Amino acid sequence: MISIKEMADVPVKLTEGHRLCAGCAEPIIAKQVLLGTDKPVVVSNATGCFEVSTSGYPYNAWNVPWIHSAFENAAATISGVESAYRVLKRKGKVQDDIRFVAFAGDGATYDIGFQALSGAIERGHQFLFVCLNNEAYMNTGIQRSGATSKGAATTTCPSGTCIPGKREFPKDITKIIAAHDLPYAAQASPHNWKDLIEKSAKGFEANGPAFINVISPCPRGWRHESAMTIEIAKLAVETCLWPLYEFQDGKWKITGESKRIAEGTKEKRPIQDWIKSQGRFKHLLDPKWKNLADEFQENVDKKWEELIKLSKQ
Amino acid sequence: MPARISVIMKPGTAKEYETGSWRSMRPVVDKDKCINCLVCWMYCPDNSVLVEKGELKGFRYSHCKGCGICANQCPKKAITMVEEGKE
Repeated sequence: MISIKEMADVPVKLTEGHRLCAGCAEPIIAKQVLLGTDKPVVVSNATGCFEVSTSGYPYNAWNVPWIHSAFENAAATISGVESAYRVLKRKGKVQDDIRFVAFAGDGATYDIGFQALSGAIERGHQFLFVCLNNEAYMNTGIQRSGATSKGAATTTCPSGTCIPGKREFPKDITKIIAAHDLPYAAQASPHNWKDLIEKSAKGFEANGPAFINVISPCPRGWRHESAMTIEIAKLAVETCLWPLYEFQDGKWKITGESKRIAEGTKEKRPIQDWIKSQGRFKHLLDPKWKNLADEFQENVDKKWEELIKLSKQ
Repeated sequence: MPARISVIMKPGTAKEYETGSWRSMRPVVDKDKCINCLVCWMYCPDNSVLVEKGELKGFRYSHCKGCGICANQCPKKAITMVEEGKE
């Protein structure tokens, strides 16, 4: 990997002037992902904050070819682009070695875009799919998604006297994607930029479909200060709620801080720290919902133990 | 009147849309403390940390939204957030 000083000299692919909220993690993640390749890149984007905010007419923030067609089909769109590229390359009409990436939010990955993504992986297209996971439909006003944490308050599952926010645990989409037996899948966080850039580089060069699920703190929807975005991404990893790992050629490998926690050289923080850090969980601090906070911790521990077992296989 | 096609012909035109007006707090760097690690550059969501030849040169105030991530992440606490309109 090149040094951070050399990275700062690389021409930007996503410019300033986009209209994502102050402190949004999505452009930070996109920057890091796109630093993972020095080849020409084509981007497809599902509907969502990232698409709307980087392409508000008559402006666009992209310095690379970029396509948006609908919410559900970022993976299908990039499949078509990649297929066309392979044909043109075979005919000698394109010489460049091009890479393909799709950006989608959690709504467009876990829920609406899932069948297009699953199909594109099954067909074996060479592309990297990046989920910008902010755990709800933030673009339309913080509605719950299949990625929303249990106990989180959203506008469609608000916390009140009877209901403590969302009542279901999120899907474990990274494992669902890994079950496709694809060349590369990973979970990452923007606070560990080296880890994310390395994973992106592996994804771009996977010679087949690759998937990276990236935690993307949302100051507006998670109710935290805009300056805390990177801190909170780090906290997700330190509590083992969002372990950093990769799945390559059928093997599971824990990476970054998560590796150090698994080896016992770094402390695993309690989920209470995570709950306290965000307004969407503030009702869980009420003794009334203590059972839910306990259940949250139990679930994190269970998933973490499962991952450690997988990594030892 | 000739027909006009509403197509954006140039890439990266969002630069012309100055998001700096959103800001209420402004990042200011103390170059005596700065070690040019460029962590601020890596974490800036708005491409607003100016770097020249590996050195932090300041901020793009025309676009910086004042989120404060740079100040919060700086390992040397060299960046402070100052309220707009105050010295």
